[in-house]
Amino acid sequence: MSAPITFSSTSAAFFAGAKTALTSVFMLVLAGTYIGIGALTHDFGLSSWWLAISTVLVWAAPAQVILITTVTTGAALFEIALAVTLSGVRLFPMVVALMPVLRGPTTRLRDLLLPTHFTAVSMWVESLRLLPAIENQWRIPFCNGLSAGYMATATVFGFVGFYLAAGLPPLLAGGLLFLTPMSFLMSTARNARMMVDKLGLVLGLVIGPLLTVLDVGLDLMWTGLIGGTLAYLVHRIREAAR
Amino acid sequence: MNAVLTELWPYFLMVLVGYLPNEIWRAFGLVLARGLNEDSEVVVWSRAVATAILAGVIAKLVLFPTGALGAIPLSVRIISSVVGFVVFLAAKRSVSAGVLAGEAALLIGGFLFVP
Repeated sequence: MSAPITFSSTSAAFFAGAKTALTSVFMLVLAGTYIGIGALTHDFGLSSWWLAISTVLVWAAPAQVILITTVTTGAALFEIALAVTLSGVRLFPMVVALMPVLRGPTTRLRDLLLPTHFTAVSMWVESLRLLPAIENQWRIPFCNGLSAGYMATATVFGFVGFYLAAGLPPLLAGGLLFLTPMSFLMSTARNARMMVDKLGLVLGLVIGPLLTVLDVGLDLMWTGLIGGTLAYLVHRIREAAR
Repeated sequence: MNAVLTELWPYFLMVLVGYLPNEIWRAFGLVLARGLNEDSEVVVWSRAVATAILAGVIAKLVLFPTGALGAIPLSVRIISSVVGFVVFLAAKRSVSAGVLAGEAALLIGGFLFVP
């Protein structure tokens, strides 16, 4: 095993993290996703600054898409909050898994606040891959640099998508709006390693539109509860049969 | 005063029904980091629920879009999604390859079939 990677200062570790972010494959996926979200924001009549602030504060593309597509359409606030919170549940196990990697013998709770807020699929995958090779004391600044790089990318491309959607001919603007469902579909499918997740994905794709057509209230919440619970029950039955 | 309120309302909503309900899971994770592991039953169930919600959002964006995407025929949107997904699978689950293929299919289909 090779010696752990070390840095001369906190800022050197931070910038190494940021550089890693800007050259990683997630940079392209994030750029595409946030161009799409920018176009979506324009489409739903929200402002580009609203999107930029939501990227920094919410920092979760699924929650942002739910927020953008419901907040101006008069959906019940309770339903929006519920859909957002259910979409955010995945952050919980991510933070739980990431903290032991970041925490060293002298780490204070407040040092972990920023990485906690930064936790999202992109930085999580890359952090778990890269941090173990880095010397313990530099992991938090490296992780913060990595995350800041991703967040800056997302924010900038949100503006790009917003203003492209405002100025492009309809067909190309339609193409931009198509980026969000496409990148979400693929990245969700890629993250679905277990059968229960794959089943949840398929059931959600079917039940979501069905409830919309049937004009059921709180359709996203029911899609999640029905589709997710069915997938989970199938998973339990299969486990029990083994 | 009313104009200011109207302008600030979306930001207020962002914090109230976007930031807070999302951030709470990160905060829980930090506080309870030692309690649960990724394979515990509650975590498996909630991840399935979250995945289904996300899938619902995806399907609605493709089937009932607003604005410019709605001008492209439904059949083109569905076929393009399938094309994108098949290429994604064929290209060893490459997100970029799948997205690019889906986009190409949509633009070609839209160009040919938009009235």
